[in-house]
Amino acid sequence: MRGIDLELADGELFGLLGPNGAGKSTLVKIGCGLVRPSAGRALVCGTPAGSLAARGATGYLAELFRFPGWCTADEVLSLHQRLARSHGGEAERAGLLELVGLSDARRRRVETMSKGMQQRLGIAQALVGSPRVLFLDEPTSALDPAGRRTVRGILEELRARGIAVLLNSHLLSEVELVCDRVAILLDGSVVASGRPDELMRPRGVELETSEGIRVVERASRDDVPRLISEAVAAGEQVFGVRVLRSTLEDVYLDAVGEDA
Amino acid sequence: MIHAFTIALYALRESLRRRVFVVVALLTTAFLFLYRLGAGKAFEETEDAFPPVGVEPDEFIGATLLGMAMFATLFLGTVLAVFLTLGAVRGDAERGLLQPLVVRPLGRTTFLLGRFAGAAAVCAVYVVLVFTAAVVLTGNAGGWWPDRLVAPAVELAAAVVLLVALSLLGSVFLSATTNGIAVFMLFGAGLVGGLLGQIGEAINSPTLLTVAERTSWALPFEALYQDGLQRLTLDARGLTRFAVELGPFGGGQTYGSWLPVWAALYLAGILTAAAWGFARSDL
Repeated sequence: MRGIDLELADGELFGLLGPNGAGKSTLVKIGCGLVRPSAGRALVCGTPAGSLAARGATGYLAELFRFPGWCTADEVLSLHQRLARSHGGEAERAGLLELVGLSDARRRRVETMSKGMQQRLGIAQALVGSPRVLFLDEPTSALDPAGRRTVRGILEELRARGIAVLLNSHLLSEVELVCDRVAILLDGSVVASGRPDELMRPRGVELETSEGIRVVERASRDDVPRLISEAVAAGEQVFGVRVLRSTLEDVYLDAVGEDA
Repeated sequence: MIHAFTIALYALRESLRRRVFVVVALLTTAFLFLYRLGAGKAFEETEDAFPPVGVEPDEFIGATLLGMAMFATLFLGTVLAVFLTLGAVRGDAERGLLQPLVVRPLGRTTFLLGRFAGAAAVCAVYVVLVFTAAVVLTGNAGGWWPDRLVAPAVELAAAVVLLVALSLLGSVFLSATTNGIAVFMLFGAGLVGGLLGQIGEAINSPTLLTVAERTSWALPFEALYQDGLQRLTLDARGLTRFAVELGPFGGGQTYGSWLPVWAALYLAGILTAAAWGFARSDL
């Protein structure tokens, strides 16, 4: 990793994007203290990443994780409560399982759960002890569309609670929907960063008239009244106008190249 | 400390819930059943034999049988120790089991000590129980009881605890399979060292005795086992003792009062090395 300078504010959802091997998981692991940086420094709530104080303020869901198959969902959370020194007790466990939609699976062994259920349990586990910072490495990779929507809801609730979230995901549409800021990594460096709407550039204006649909490239929202006037003056009937913007996918592919 | 206890309990529960204990209990029962059968026959069939003058047949047979049971107990304890710890660090990290635990606010040393305490407790209790059962079965079969009971049991437990520590150290640096192979090879090396010592005693070879002694100090679980073995017939004298020591389970070597001290230092060194390696591992 080279020259990365990122800062997360309370309640901010920050998305990390990049091709495989770009360094997203390594960056997350540095934040959690699982990997030691060879240079530079990472701070979590003002304390060095990996210190006991930093880990006390951190929740983490690994990309490839597993819980012991012999444990029930309740036992997994109970173990993590003890390790996180959480005094939330049964109420916290019940609340977290409800949050991720696993209330009915409380006494179910992990080995009998589907991958999606285990992923939800992983998110619940990461939230044990009410962390101030949450590192989520591909939290929705094993979820179906309904599960992904649930996770989006959870992320929005976390934002409302003031929890900072670093979200590492390959699902660009998801990041676009929930993240306040994103950074695109390539070969260990940030090649683009900012708010999604800042990164997405205007791509023109689409006009639907009696003559058909046409796209006026390089036009922007400010050009819309003029374009409508010109069309009407030319005797066309205008049925619809749409300002076109690049998607996060376009931005991503521009940043990392089509082959990445 | 609370965290170490939590991890130790987690390791214990893992052993219970994964039915390790059920399998181990069944196989150990089978071993003890066969041992009792064999011991009974051995005592029975030598009742009418005429041993060399000066050799107590019951003591010779009892000590040899119990020595064999002690070796089998050490082997079974080693199997348990290795399988409970062979993937405790790198293996669990590769499977994604470790990361969710070590990101919690507990030191990696604490985690390691917890894993060690859990596995060591299981293995130590296991070997003490099996050895005690073997002693009772030997006494029941032939009316022979060892000269010392507590010290050999403690030394056997200590030997297995050292093997737990070695396996845990290996798990920091090696993948699970490689670590398992490495620990069994170390166990085998210790065993060969001990057998060379037995042969050295029998043929009075200073070279073999030196090799055995150095192997035993380098791998003190073997020294502890040999020391425990010779305590079974500590009070035997004359031809009986000589005959017992000639056998493969005679325990010819003694290691003196420095052995427990060395074993404790060795254990501390192994655990320190494991903690040092784990603290520097990227997961």
